[in-house]
Amino acid sequence: MSQRIKFYQTGTLTAGNRLLDPETRAVQSSVDRSNALTSGHRACQGCGEALGARWVLDAAMRATGGQLVVVNATGCLEVFTTPYPESSWQVPWLHSLFANAASVATGVAAAMRSKGSAVRVVAQGGDGGTMDIGFGALSGMFERNDDVLYVCYDNEAYMNTGVQRSSATPPLARTATTPALGPEPGNEFGHGKNAPLIAMAHGIPYVATASVADLHDLEDKVEAAMKVHGARYLHVHVPCPLGWGSASDDTIKVARLAVQCGLFPLFEAEHGEVVRRTPIRQRQPVEAYLRLQRRFDHLFAGGRVDVERIARLQAIADRNIERFRLLTGD
Amino acid sequence: MLKQIEGSRGMAEAIALCRPEVICAYPITPQTHIVEALGELVKSGSLTPCEFINVESEFSALSVAIGASAAGARAYTATSSQGLLFMAEALYNASGLGLPIVMTLGNRAIGAPINIWNDHSDAMAMRDAGWIQLFARDNQEAADLHIQAFRLAEALSCPVMVCVDGFILTHAFERVDVPTQGEVDAFLPRYEPVQVIDPADPMTIGAMVGPDAFAEVRWLAHHKQLRALEIIPEIASEFEQRFGRRSGGLLRPYRTDGAETIVVAMGSVNGTIEVVVDAMRAGGVPIGALDLCTFRPFPAAAVRDALRGARRVIVVEKNLALGMGGVLASDVRMALRGEPADVQTVVHTVVAGLGGRAITQASLGRVFAEGHAGKLGELHMLDLDWGVVEREVARMSENRRSGPTASNVLRDVGPSMRRIG
Repeated sequence: MSQRIKFYQTGTLTAGNRLLDPETRAVQSSVDRSNALTSGHRACQGCGEALGARWVLDAAMRATGGQLVVVNATGCLEVFTTPYPESSWQVPWLHSLFANAASVATGVAAAMRSKGSAVRVVAQGGDGGTMDIGFGALSGMFERNDDVLYVCYDNEAYMNTGVQRSSATPPLARTATTPALGPEPGNEFGHGKNAPLIAMAHGIPYVATASVADLHDLEDKVEAAMKVHGARYLHVHVPCPLGWGSASDDTIKVARLAVQCGLFPLFEAEHGEVVRRTPIRQRQPVEAYLRLQRRFDHLFAGGRVDVERIARLQAIADRNIERFRLLTGD
Repeated sequence: MLKQIEGSRGMAEAIALCRPEVICAYPITPQTHIVEALGELVKSGSLTPCEFINVESEFSALSVAIGASAAGARAYTATSSQGLLFMAEALYNASGLGLPIVMTLGNRAIGAPINIWNDHSDAMAMRDAGWIQLFARDNQEAADLHIQAFRLAEALSCPVMVCVDGFILTHAFERVDVPTQGEVDAFLPRYEPVQVIDPADPMTIGAMVGPDAFAEVRWLAHHKQLRALEIIPEIASEFEQRFGRRSGGLLRPYRTDGAETIVVAMGSVNGTIEVVVDAMRAGGVPIGALDLCTFRPFPAAAVRDALRGARRVIVVEKNLALGMGGVLASDVRMALRGEPADVQTVVHTVVAGLGGRAITQASLGRVFAEGHAGKLGELHMLDLDWGVVEREVARMSENRRSGPTASNVLRDVGPSMRRIG
């Protein structure tokens, strides 16, 4: 498949860097960024998670003056960055197991506190490591209000093992374990969970959602998270070209459509209450988002559009827009 | 300082003297009193600086210890039974990462059927996880082994599990000599990690290793265990010099000179065994005992030396490896291989004390006498009620839907636990 090669991005959301005051420019625009996750790793072309991880950690590195330790759950991000004996990490980085990143981070934070050190801790994992197998450890870290920022890079399935369904997989999505077969192809409606809302239910100081489609918004949220102590949660939407069947050069576009259609609302919450939301500037129909991804091909098979099922997904997006007041942002 | 205290309290005070910087606790019987006492010492300010973290599972307890240890803190936790199995994945991870965590295991049976009482099934299930496993014979040794364990763990950068018999040691009040802070400080230097996660020197810990190097990394972990065989006696010897009492080490022969039969066991049952040996020696029977303090690494050469000359070895062990027999007896048999054919020793397995069943002097005396007389089979279940077993086997063969075995056996045995004691 031939793809358009873009050497730079244009548009109102990205071109502003050179026009902004130096203080308000993105961390990523600076030659002094730490490149916490540096080049040479084995992520797929267009990997949203690789992008998200570098942006998050570079912002966290700037916010902490480089006094940062990273704990990583097993998953794509761990595997593609550390093929022995190489490592793409330019930060102190610790991988233990799939399900325990939050607990290991608690241990690191406890060690730092015990030693009187000001070093901060970020734990990170994919949606499977965070919302499924690691959820008990995550909830424990939240309720103890341990001084950890946990970042979930949500690509909506178990990509490292070959695209199996997770509790973050949206309805209708085809995965290796929710095949596009039978009368109800793809993932089921009514399953899955909303991790940011569950995080908020713990009453922790800070919860936010972010997307690789909005760099400034993401960096601001990391900075806000690092300004406070206690348990914090950042849920970043990161398209996976491999698992979603989207073009490698469409990662940002797909991520932006997820935000603009309302399926992935961007908001911040403090102590269990939503305090800010990022308004949708150009609302898009869910169908525009679905059409770019082969995991939803069955909705458009044989030239027919599965209007009924798409409407059910649209209803979820509409409810998000209403619930989080995403059109006005107030 | 001499104190008449509960075993758990003695261990907690010894652990506190080791100045752990992070302690994580999740309750499971019979380990609870240890972490409760430590929590009290931290909360009252007598153990400081130390972070005491109440976690949501054993899996997280060890995971928190992993993070703390990797960040350069002296880390401690404790568990038992199901808790050890729930943290199984993290056990392998801690040893694979070379983190010198010390953990107390209050030995307890594993279900189903659920059972809170003592045996060694938990420790045996995790024998290949890369942890050093030490077994305490009494509460003094339980306390002392923890002080040695931190020293050993940090010398090798390898986790150490101190195994103490649940209830029999954890809940028993005995005299314990608790050392002073100065004595422990002189014996146990500050923790200097061989690897630490630190922004001043960023490193990647826990990278993926493929077929090109995995075997070498695993061998190096085995090498560490072999090194422990040399270091454990050195530490025990230095401990004896400083504290004036023998604790730890690889193993302890008891009246094995001229013994034709030697009984091998681990943990608190050695006290009972030695009383029985004394009585049989008084009756002219050439019998001795071997208390194995270090189970992993398995001190095969030392076991072989200690058993040399014996015609019969009776291994008393508190576990039944289903489909096999006894774990310890298998290791003892392995240790005895390589002896000349004319000195082949017969090794008997005596499985005893499962799920807390009392191991009495009378039963041991009977089985040792049978063993010494050459009348013992290869695998003997001490005080097993064969009638109960046979009736359930019959029920199962008569009726496909014979019901849960545990319930059937309990109904058969009757309402009281009259067989204990």
